[in-house]
Amino acid sequence: MKSPPFEYARAASVEEACALLSQHGDDAKVIAGGQSLVPMMAFRLLRPAWLIDINEIAALKFVAPQADAVRMGACTRQCDIQRDDALAASVPLLRQALAHVGHVQTRNRGTAGGSLVHADPSAELPLVAQILEARMTLRTKSGTRTLAAADFFEDAMTTSVAHDECLTDIAWPVWRDRKTGSAFTEISRRHGDFAIVAAAAQVAVDDDGTCTRAAFGVGGVAPIPTAFPALAQRLVGTHLEKETLREVAHDAAATLEPGTDTHASADYRRHLAGVLITRVLQSAYDDARSVR
Amino acid sequence: MSAPQASPYGFRYIGAKRRTKEHPRFVTGRGRYAADIALPGLKHVALVASPHASAKILAIHTDAARAMPGVHYVLTGDEFCAATDSLQIGVDAPKVTRWSLAHDRVRYAGEWVAAVVADSRALAEDAAELVEVEYEPLPHVTEAEQAMTDAVLVHPAHGSNVILHRNFVWGPVEDQFAKAEHQLSFRATWNRNATVPIETFAVAAQWHPGTEMLDVWASIQMPKYPDQTAKALRLPGNAVRVHYDVDVGGSYGVKRGIKHTVLVGYLAKRLGFPVRLIEDRLENMRGGDMHGPDRTFDMTAAFDGDGTIRALKIRAIDNVGAYAGRAPFQLGKPVSAICGPYRIGAVGYEPVSVMSNKTPQEAVRGFGQAPTNFALERTMDRVAQFLNMDRIALRQKNMIRNDEFPYTIPSGSTYDSGDYHAVLDKALAAIDYPALVTRRDAARKAGKLAGIGISTCLEPSGGNSAFEPLLNPKNETTTWMDSCLVRIDLSGAITGIMGTSSAGQGHETLVSTVVGEILEREPSTIRVIHADSLQALPSNSPVGSRMAIMLGGAAAGAARQIKETLLTIAAHNFECAKEDLEYRDGNVNLKGVPSKAMSWDQLVEIAHRKIHAMPPGVEPGLQAKFVWEVPTGGGLPTADGRIQIYPCYAFECHIVYVEIDPDTAAPEIKQYVCGHDCGVMINPDIVHGMTYGGIAHGIGAAFYEHFTYDDNGQLTSGTFMDYLIPSALEIPPVKIVDHCTPSPLTTFGQKGSGEAGYLGAPAGVANAVNDALAPLGVEVNTLPMSHLAIWETIEKAKRKA
Amino acid sequence: MSEALYPIAIDVNGVTRTGHVTARTSLVDWLREHQNLTGTHIGCEHGICGACSVMLDGAPVRSCLMYAVQADGHRVTTVEGLTQPDGQLSILQDSFCEAHGLQCGYCTPGMLIAAQALLDANPRPTEDEIRDAIGGNLCRCTGYQQIVEAIALAAERIAGATR
Repeated sequence: MKSPPFEYARAASVEEACALLSQHGDDAKVIAGGQSLVPMMAFRLLRPAWLIDINEIAALKFVAPQADAVRMGACTRQCDIQRDDALAASVPLLRQALAHVGHVQTRNRGTAGGSLVHADPSAELPLVAQILEARMTLRTKSGTRTLAAADFFEDAMTTSVAHDECLTDIAWPVWRDRKTGSAFTEISRRHGDFAIVAAAAQVAVDDDGTCTRAAFGVGGVAPIPTAFPALAQRLVGTHLEKETLREVAHDAAATLEPGTDTHASADYRRHLAGVLITRVLQSAYDDARSVR
Repeated sequence: MSAPQASPYGFRYIGAKRRTKEHPRFVTGRGRYAADIALPGLKHVALVASPHASAKILAIHTDAARAMPGVHYVLTGDEFCAATDSLQIGVDAPKVTRWSLAHDRVRYAGEWVAAVVADSRALAEDAAELVEVEYEPLPHVTEAEQAMTDAVLVHPAHGSNVILHRNFVWGPVEDQFAKAEHQLSFRATWNRNATVPIETFAVAAQWHPGTEMLDVWASIQMPKYPDQTAKALRLPGNAVRVHYDVDVGGSYGVKRGIKHTVLVGYLAKRLGFPVRLIEDRLENMRGGDMHGPDRTFDMTAAFDGDGTIRALKIRAIDNVGAYAGRAPFQLGKPVSAICGPYRIGAVGYEPVSVMSNKTPQEAVRGFGQAPTNFALERTMDRVAQFLNMDRIALRQKNMIRNDEFPYTIPSGSTYDSGDYHAVLDKALAAIDYPALVTRRDAARKAGKLAGIGISTCLEPSGGNSAFEPLLNPKNETTTWMDSCLVRIDLSGAITGIMGTSSAGQGHETLVSTVVGEILEREPSTIRVIHADSLQALPSNSPVGSRMAIMLGGAAAGAARQIKETLLTIAAHNFECAKEDLEYRDGNVNLKGVPSKAMSWDQLVEIAHRKIHAMPPGVEPGLQAKFVWEVPTGGGLPTADGRIQIYPCYAFECHIVYVEIDPDTAAPEIKQYVCGHDCGVMINPDIVHGMTYGGIAHGIGAAFYEHFTYDDNGQLTSGTFMDYLIPSALEIPPVKIVDHCTPSPLTTFGQKGSGEAGYLGAPAGVANAVNDALAPLGVEVNTLPMSHLAIWETIEKAKRKA
Repeated sequence: MSEALYPIAIDVNGVTRTGHVTARTSLVDWLREHQNLTGTHIGCEHGICGACSVMLDGAPVRSCLMYAVQADGHRVTTVEGLTQPDGQLSILQDSFCEAHGLQCGYCTPGMLIAAQALLDANPRPTEDEIRDAIGGNLCRCTGYQQIVEAIALAAERIAGATR
């Protein structure tokens, strides 16, 4: 399973990466961690004429807290994200999600941006991006643009990143509510596998446990990870009572038309979605309530 | 679980904890696997595989590939199948011929159609993409029962898809069924999986025109490999030299890469330079022909209200894939333990071997015993459930007692020794069974599905192939020898020479420990080497858990001869009888007169250099060969199909505790104990290691591993993304408790145990899951029990309610 | 139409090794075929089995998922680099021998790399942490039990040695 032939350029800067992408257009692909890209090359499912390596661009590896978000360079390694305690405090879903991403070796090379651009329907970081409404900044030779997650993910394995664009950073929104809790769970055949179904939630409560803000979503059940902002709104003002949760989870699952494959049927996925949504919301709620 | 420091059996070395001889090279990255061997001028092979499950080959266009720089040759079936003989078929089906490359038609998706030889594997793959094959797709069939209708024929010349169908009746089956108070029937399904080693099959070959010799280095575990290679290549046997000093990265039965070898051997001879094929994982999974049993078992049990099992009827249908391979015989080996460890007086066995347009099977660890044990143990649990009888009590009642050995089962094999009840008791004690029941019941109360599974299974060991004449009367193979040569050189150093390859079983350690035991010399000073096939004494490879018995026995036999020679030399020099001498640590002295002694060095020197001091008629030098046949085997079957198969029976008892999340259907093994009796363990760490590994294989078969096919006959789990091998996070800690009922048939009382763990684990895990689902009134009798399968079963219960 | 060759210089086990490679030559193939360091093994070439694990700048990665050109200027440690300079086994390697943490040896180099990285970062791992650290390394021989024991033994011995 040797890769098909290609030419290689190691970009020293974002400008250089964009210039190369502009020059080679359709024929080039960015290589970051390579954990998703290289297997595709090994299977000969992808045959770019050029690989533009962005791993050495220091400017793409950073974690910068800002007013309402944490800005993160696209090449920030997953292992570094996982280890970052300040990040775990401000965007807790990242560490929680990464516990389910591959194995040590995967996370030592895999990057935040790489996972998002690869856009696997069951991948963990895209799900977090959807729920938190992360913002992705893309750069070309001529300029930049920033996309909301909902506009970034288009279809299974497909984003709106153009051929001459390079994802440079991601802004992960931070909830400033004092009592915020979050949870991530997934069912997979083995540890580290892509999820059959993944679910994540973030909930904020006031001092007497009334929900003031909520967000949740599921992955693995649609071409792109699915957030439920409208249904999440129904939780605001409640104490996430059993019946409320049940209805919200049920209504969310009912909208889904998951696929069937070797590992799971559509019915099973839909069922899991309902179960896992209930669990993460409950967990996130309990987590929020436990904040002093 | 650490082995005791000293031997628990009273031996000096046998049974004591000892590091293996193999360790040092592997932990430093200095193993020598087939892919590591550098040959000057080596070229590389990549395969062109069929995308169709069944099709006529109309034409193969190789010009574009051949024109690519770096490409040396593109071989197709037209040339290859005319220049070589069909691979051996084994069963009586002469029209089911098989070559490494397809000819005229392809019979499974992944079948190799052309081989490209290039300067590098990467270039060979590039060129393989340029080979254009014109196919005319044909109807295909992948399901066994559909294949049995013969509506679509895989080998039209054979006239049917069934290549084996027998009906054995051992004992008064119908009579027992008539007398029995109860009967039950059900189907147990073992879906297609295999032991899939991490190293794929690799083979390199080089032809020497000057000496007319083909050298072969391969990741091989296969009896008769050099012979079959020579035969297919139309060479005399002594023109093929297989190098057995190649480290094999795991095999567990499957690495019988004869098809790869004949292909590469042919190319090497044809092209005049060394050629190597290292299967990539895609080639391996689809076209390496190393899949495993793919079976349904229709089980019917006849039993009484008190739990006595009177008789069994077993109909086993196995989907072997597009060519025969070893799979049909894999239905025959379980005949050696067809009633498990139980006193069942009558068994009817109907094995059916069916071809389909799937990848061919190969021999898999246990050679069919693991699926058969799964079916037997599900039967036991169902009988217990039917009678509302405790599953342990049912087994205790039916298990052969320790005073009944040797015990001959209806199909003709005799179980040598055992104490099944003792092992079961040990396992129950080790897991603290009453506490486990309490734990399960508490989990159930807390809303979980929780279950305890028990399996009590046999591991027949000491492989021969007595099932070959049983299933193919035209095949009268009854010899299954193994051998060892031991020599002491002039310096007094000891070397043991074995004649086959090893794949992690620790054979070098086995031989040095045994030889050291007999000669009373430190095993770490004893070197063990693998002779090549021209130098080697006859061997039949490590299959059927045979090496502890056969290689161990041969090493002991050769060492004993050497010891006798040393005593003879001393007796001659002391002018006394051998009975008057004492042998200690390699030195010999007159009994009662320690000063009248000859040291090891002195004796060695006489043997090598002082013929004037040698007893007449004794060979100079110090070397001995020992070649022997598998004990008790060697006969042909009776007219009604009774036969003694393997000689020694190891036993295992698995107790597994599983919890299942009732909402997600995710199973988790929380506790695992295995009671194991393989007689005397020559190296406990090695035995335990293989048992842990076998259990992991078994958990893989129980929950994760499945070669799945779609409606187009395409393998849909042909990568490690979909064929799920369990990691350290899926395999729980396991506790093994040992018991020892020595075999009366072997040198030290050892039984084989290379297949341990695998033979009973799937059954134990399946029974645990079923115990967990029992309160819902549903069951699962199909492996693997994926999350989906468990969930659908739970949903079935909800619909019933 | 031959492929372009790229010059590379990679520190392998403390020695800078140079060469020219096609872009598509994987790091594992470069180590095995160009540097004759055959201790690192190939099991799947699609990033699952872990047999190809090496350390890149001290962290375990799958060398089948990296191209050699990407490692230019970086530091690679292979199993051959775990043995001490005088040829003695490291405590970890020796512990694998003591606890019989290997059988066929094929997954072993990758396991050693993963285990060494664990012990470098976490000298007192729990059993769960050990299993997590080797979760990306598949083994078909051992069932992982004696591998886990070997790593735990190594941790214990290292702790004893450094006290």
